[in-house]
Amino acid sequence: MDLIWEGIRQAFWLILQGDSEVLRITLLSLQVSGSAVLISLFLGIPLGTYLALARFPGRNLAVSLVNTGMGLPPVVVGLFVTLLLWRNGPLGILDLLFTPIAMIIAQVIIAAPIVTGLTIAAIQQLNPQLRLQLLALGASRLQLFWLLIREARLPLLAAIMAGFGGVISEVGAVMMVGGNIKGQTRVLTTATVLESRMGHFDLAIALGVILLLLSFVVNWALTWIQQQGRPR
Amino acid sequence: MSVPVLEVRDILVRYGPSVVLRVPSLTLFSGEILALIGPNGAGKSTLLRVLGLLEAPSQGELYFSGQRVLWNADILYFRRRMASVFQEPLLCDTTVFENAALGLRLRGADRREILNRVGRWLERLGIAALASQQARTLSGGEAQRASLARAFVLDPEVLLLDEPFAALDPPTRESLLFDLDTILRETGTTTLFVTHDRSEALLLGDRLGVMMGGEVLQLDLPERVFATPATEEVARFVGVETILPGKVISQERGLAVVGLEGTELEVLAEHSPGERVLVCLRPEDITLSRKEDPISDPSAGNRIYGRVRRLAPLGSQYRVVVDCGFPLVALITKQSYWELSLKEGTEVIASFKASAAYVLKKH
Repeated sequence: MDLIWEGIRQAFWLILQGDSEVLRITLLSLQVSGSAVLISLFLGIPLGTYLALARFPGRNLAVSLVNTGMGLPPVVVGLFVTLLLWRNGPLGILDLLFTPIAMIIAQVIIAAPIVTGLTIAAIQQLNPQLRLQLLALGASRLQLFWLLIREARLPLLAAIMAGFGGVISEVGAVMMVGGNIKGQTRVLTTATVLESRMGHFDLAIALGVILLLLSFVVNWALTWIQQQGRPR
Repeated sequence: MSVPVLEVRDILVRYGPSVVLRVPSLTLFSGEILALIGPNGAGKSTLLRVLGLLEAPSQGELYFSGQRVLWNADILYFRRRMASVFQEPLLCDTTVFENAALGLRLRGADRREILNRVGRWLERLGIAALASQQARTLSGGEAQRASLARAFVLDPEVLLLDEPFAALDPPTRESLLFDLDTILRETGTTTLFVTHDRSEALLLGDRLGVMMGGEVLQLDLPERVFATPATEEVARFVGVETILPGKVISQERGLAVVGLEGTELEVLAEHSPGERVLVCLRPEDITLSRKEDPISDPSAGNRIYGRVRRLAPLGSQYRVVVDCGFPLVALITKQSYWELSLKEGTEVIASFKASAAYVLKKH
């Protein structure tokens, strides 16, 4: 029990004092996962909207693939990206392995299907007649697309939350493709693993607490926006 | 009134192997209100979607102000000259003002114009006070008013209305129907109005089309459709409750005698002896009297004996089904009902004039 209390005490001390190492790790986590979610939104929302509206042979297969992708094990993603970026691999020439960019790539592969899948669900729950009405009002294809996304904005926030939650807490993929290099690719999750393995529980707890807080603050903000728009 | 705005030729819509719409020709003239009635599943909404350029027909041609409409990039140009209102208001999750402004925004109208036109139409439809309210908080009637404002703001060359009142309660429907009628007459907007309600169609329609099974069975002035329905189905839909199969026995100068099971009727008809026909009788044209009463109206040439089978109050009237060997439906006033002291089983004489019956050739 002492170990835990001491750890927590130390942790808050580290956070309050603004330990430079802790700060750097936190910032990198935010940068990597934030970029990954942003990229996933740019990919997933248009793709999800398209899949929700389009009718073409093989659409069901595509939706099933997306849904499967929502549950991809990060370790498998890590392995795949590692192989892709390996020195002799297909993209080895880019020399990206063990860089933040590699971590972003891996996290996009994890988050994009989540965003796509939840976008499909969000767009499909809209009244199918609405699309007809918007076209009748003179919406072009692009305008229709934008209006439907705007209509589904509240459930789409859930997609952002789920995407961010999925990658900020993920450890397998970033560990494999980032390598947990101090000062370069060390993020909250990998640092927590390392510090607790080395017995630095105070630091591990501090990192864990920051991770929790971060997750909470982002989700709280999005939930707040979502509930503002809730029908009363 | 004779300038065609929207014309279709040989339109066919197929869903898989089944044909859901077949319209050889239909023209909407400038300034008219064409009401289309028909039961659910008659293809009314499909026709409206085709005319609104929201659904491409499997085959056939469409003309807008004489220009052939092709299903390419130009479709938006034609679509933007029309507006549609559906049964559900289908408002976006924003304010009433923004909803009404949507069509103008999509067309890139400037701020002043939007403010002007939206303000005017919200006022006109009696919802100006709700402008800043969220659309999802509106009642059904208010929402449909917002939906109508959103369409009128665009000053459409053609307005397409798909059962806009079907989901509203009767008082709300009444007031909205009245307002819409006034607005349409004032603006002279060319309108296609789809409904399954006869009274709505009669109130609004300059011309009336009856659709069934994906086809327009009759298209004429409303009074003509009601007085001389083209087929048995149309007759039933426009409120003819008694339709009796018979055979013309004799005919002289438009006055024919038609033989039914066990009785003969005198009717106005040009059909030749031997022809199989249907005699259509509207319930309001039938008079009932007690068997023992003196003949009240000697000009009513047809007198049929029967017994009251069923009685149902219908507002200020009573609907009476008389068993004359065939069921005959009559509508009588409350006063007649009391005077005749009708009960189930009462023996009555049903009478009607030769001119009250409308005769159709049986197919």
